Amino acid sequence: MPSLENIANFIHNWLYTTFNATVALLLEFTIVAILVIGLFSVLGLVLIFMERKVSAYMQVRLGPNRVGPKGIFQTVADTLKLMVKEGMTPNNADKFLFNLAPFIVMTAAMLILAPLAFAKNFQIWDINIGVLFVTAISSVSVIGILMAGWASNNKYSLLGAMRSGAQIVSYELSAGLSIITIVVLSESLKISTIIESQANGWWIFKGHIPAIIAFVIFIIAVTAETNRAPFDLAEAESELTAGFHTEYSGMKFALFFLAEYVNIFIVCVIGATLFLGGWMPLHFGTNTTFNEMMDYIPSSLWLFGKTFFLIFVIMWFRWTFPRLRIDQLLNLEWKYLLPISMINLLLATAMAILGWHF
Amino acid sequence: MGASSLIVLMIAAISFSGIAILVAKLVLKATKNKQKGETYECGVPTKGPSWIQFNVGYYLFALIFLIFDVELIFLYPWAVVAKSIGWMALVEIIIFFFILFIGFLYAHKKGALKWM
Repeated sequence: MPSLENIANFIHNWLYTTFNATVALLLEFTIVAILVIGLFSVLGLVLIFMERKVSAYMQVRLGPNRVGPKGIFQTVADTLKLMVKEGMTPNNADKFLFNLAPFIVMTAAMLILAPLAFAKNFQIWDINIGVLFVTAISSVSVIGILMAGWASNNKYSLLGAMRSGAQIVSYELSAGLSIITIVVLSESLKISTIIESQANGWWIFKGHIPAIIAFVIFIIAVTAETNRAPFDLAEAESELTAGFHTEYSGMKFALFFLAEYVNIFIVCVIGATLFLGGWMPLHFGTNTTFNEMMDYIPSSLWLFGKTFFLIFVIMWFRWTFPRLRIDQLLNLEWKYLLPISMINLLLATAMAILGWHF
Repeated sequence: MGASSLIVLMIAAISFSGIAILVAKLVLKATKNKQKGETYECGVPTKGPSWIQFNVGYYLFALIFLIFDVELIFLYPWAVVAKSIGWMALVEIIIFFFILFIGFLYAHKKGALKWM
């Protein structure tokens, strides 16, 4: 059966046998770059369409249904519209920082893709500090957001950026602590090792209560980190117009929008990798018939299934909870989530040392 | 692929954003207008610049974040070896958390975590 791993190996071998080493390397780089850009574009189209449809059905309406069958070309039309809009720079803005900000946000979003495993042995760079790398790079995008808000010279943008900065840096702590819980259990920072440690069961099942608490905290924290409702203070459209990207228009706005959705995808991939076993199929103990049946489903399908389930959960939040106020938001993090996740980490460590996980 | 993949991804991101912005610029015909470049604050004329002194509350949270973020970095190497070291690791991290907790209590008592 052709898997992504086989296809990648086949292309790699074909390149190195047909061309000399330098040309093959350059071609490989080009292919990776094109694939990543393709992934970004497809994700943008799919996730925005999914968001609109999920929102619509949760509110008992149809959502986009005119452009193409069931409205599937709506986001393509929207992209075309954004293409022909003028990307303005306000007169009073800090022009250099204003134009630099979308690049920083996009670069941060794209760099996180490097250590993520999309299928069995299908990874751009299996770095040995993968999890640390992901947490480090994901905190760079806040610089882009602050830069955008500050450089716009607009009060709404400034407020949105400041709120966004406070919110992202705060929730990074509990997200980091729940990631560390899994690192304690699996004894590795390498993404592929973490996934392999879940071959006989995902951590959310194997890790009992600490893993479940960590998972819940992780989902709450990443919802806040990606500025999603109910934590969407940074761009609360009823109070701040559009938050930090009020002054952005045309393609620059589109880049922010795209980076936002790609970030949701990335954090869901990380959540799926750490807690739900990444590309690992669902295995139950020693029930070999069941396990073999599950192995027939391609590993990439497993990962994308889990990821899109988590994305759906995050979209579900938006239509379930009302928006928090900034002081409530910071209280929730500093007075509840952070102490809980610290105690949870101690619990998980004690459990790991006692060997109570499966 | 090794560390060079990061450079490839960076180039991909920059060229993707750059080309998208450039194509959009080439496709459209920009018009000039006196009001166009003004700051958009929902139609009301803007009063004063936005580069002003700002609420100190955000700054305090950023400071406390910095302390905890550095603590997180210390936790990563500990987390990898915690299981193999055993109970000693747990005791050490409890002492570490205790010291951190005193600092946290101090910040709390000083009112740094209260929104102003």
